[in-house]
Amino acid sequence: MTSERASGIASGAAGETSLRPGPRPARRRASRREAAWRGYAISIGTFLGVLLVWQGIIVIFHVPVFIAPTPLQVLGSLGADSHTLLINTWPTLIETAGGFVLGNLVAIVIAVGFVHNRTFQHSVYPLAVAVRTLPIVAISPILVLLLGNGYAPKIAIAALITFFPTLVNMTDGLTAVDPQALELMHVLSASRWEVFRHVRWPTSLPYLFSALRIASTASLLGAIVGEWIGSNTGLGYLIVVATYDYRTPLLYATMAVASAVALVFFYGISVVERYAVPWRQVGGAE
Amino acid sequence: MVFERDGDPLEVLEGITLAIPQGEFISLLGPSGCGKSTLLRLVADVLQPTEGTISIMGRTPAAARLDRALGMVFQQPVLLPWLSVEENVGLPLRIGRWGQSHPSAPSPASLLALVGLQGFEHVRPAQLSGGMQQRVAIARALVSDPSILLMDEPFGALDAITRDRLNEELLRIWTETRRTVIFVTHSIPEAVYLSTRVAVFSPRPARIRRLMAIELPSPRKPHMRDTAEFTRYTAELREALEDA
Repeated sequence: MTSERASGIASGAAGETSLRPGPRPARRRASRREAAWRGYAISIGTFLGVLLVWQGIIVIFHVPVFIAPTPLQVLGSLGADSHTLLINTWPTLIETAGGFVLGNLVAIVIAVGFVHNRTFQHSVYPLAVAVRTLPIVAISPILVLLLGNGYAPKIAIAALITFFPTLVNMTDGLTAVDPQALELMHVLSASRWEVFRHVRWPTSLPYLFSALRIASTASLLGAIVGEWIGSNTGLGYLIVVATYDYRTPLLYATMAVASAVALVFFYGISVVERYAVPWRQVGGAE
Repeated sequence: MVFERDGDPLEVLEGITLAIPQGEFISLLGPSGCGKSTLLRLVADVLQPTEGTISIMGRTPAAARLDRALGMVFQQPVLLPWLSVEENVGLPLRIGRWGQSHPSAPSPASLLALVGLQGFEHVRPAQLSGGMQQRVAIARALVSDPSILLMDEPFGALDAITRDRLNEELLRIWTETRRTVIFVTHSIPEAVYLSTRVAVFSPRPARIRRLMAIELPSPRKPHMRDTAEFTRYTAELREALEDA
C-alpha cells in the first residue's frame, strides 16, 4: 500500500494507473509528464516576465525607491536583511501553525457534533455565522486586550479566521454521503461510530482538504493581522516598522517571505492530501 | 412472508400477501416507482411497515438483519472508493466484528473468485467497469453468508451484453449456493430467465397482480431465451403488466 501511495506522489495520476492489471502504455504516461513540465514552465515563465516588466517600469519612469523598489532591490534586501527576516519569521510561523491546528481542530469537532446532534447544530451554527460576520480587524484589538501581547491573541485570530471555512466544508462533507451507502450500513447493523469511521469520515476528507488549503493561507493572514495590532516581533510587526521607516525594499522583502511561507504551507497541505486521499486522483482527476 | 403497508402520505403497497419458500428465486416485476423497491426495503428493515407484518423464517426483519440473514445488492454498486476491492467485499466482516465471531464465513478472496474477479483484489473500485463493480457488490452481499439475497434492480444500470453475462453469473451463483433470492426488476425477459416464480405488481398503490411459476428446465441455458415456451412466459407477463 505504501509503495503505491509513494508512486502516486511521485507522478500523480500517472503513477496510480500502474495499479491497473493492464498497465497504461508508456508513451501516454511520458506525454502526460511532458504536459506537466510544460505547465510548470509556463507558470515560471509568466512569473519571471512580470518581474521583468516591473523592473523595466521602475527604471524607465525613475520611480523613487521609497515608493516602489525594483525586484533587484527587493532581492538585495532579502540578502542584506536575511537575519532580521528570519528572526521575525519564526514567531509568525508558530502563530500560523498554532492557529491553523487550533481553528481546524475545533471546526472538525464541532462539524462532527453537528452531524450527530441536530439541536447542537441549530444552536451553534448561527453563532458561528455571527462570529464570522464580525470584521476580523475589529475583533483583533479586543483579543489583544483579552489575551495580552504574546502568541495567544495571534493564535486566536489565526484560529478564528480558519475556523469558519473548515466548519462549513466539513459539515457538508460529513453529510455528503451516498444515501445507499447509509442503507448498506443499516443492513449491516453498523453502529453510529462504524458509520462515521467507514463512511462519513472518508467521504468528508476531500472536503476537509479543500478547507485546509484555504485555511493554510488564511491562518498566515490572521497571524500577520494579529501582529499589526500589538506585537514587537513577527512578519506583521516588520511590515508595520518597514512602512513607518520608508524601508520599502524591506517591506517588499517581508511580503515575499510571507508569500513564500504561505506557498510552502499550501503545497504542504496538497502533498499530505495525496497521501490521505489517494482515491481522489484515481476516480476524479482523470 | 406477509407484507402490508399503508404508506403515509403516499400509499405505496396495499394488501400484499406473499409467501416465499426457502431456496426460491422470486422476481418482483412491475412498472418503475410502483413500490417493488419499497417492499425490498421493508424486508431489509431499512423501512418499517406502517401496517402489517413481515416474517423472515419466523423472525422480524430487524432480528434477521442483526443475524445477517439478509444480503443486499443495490442498483448502484455502492462500493467505498477508498477501499480496495477485497476490503470492500470484507467490509461486512469488519462491521460489528462479524468476521471475528464467525470464523467460518467465506473469505473475501474466495467470493471474488466465485464472481470471477480473482486477480483484482487490490485494485480500487474506480478502476473496474460497471459490471465488475456490480460483481464486487454481489460478493460483498454474500460474505456474511446470508440465507436471503435481496437484489434491487442490480443490473438495471448496465448495458444489455453485460447484463446478460451477469444473469448467467447470478444463476450459477444461485445454483451453487441455493439461497433464497428476492430480485426486483422491470425487465420481463430477465425475470423469466432467472426466476422460479415472478410476482407482477400493479402501479401505486402496488398490489400483486399475478403470481406466475416459471417452469423452464433447470439449469437455464442462454438458448432457452429463444424457445417458444420462454416467449409464452414473457408474453403472458407483458399482458399481466399491461392489465395492471
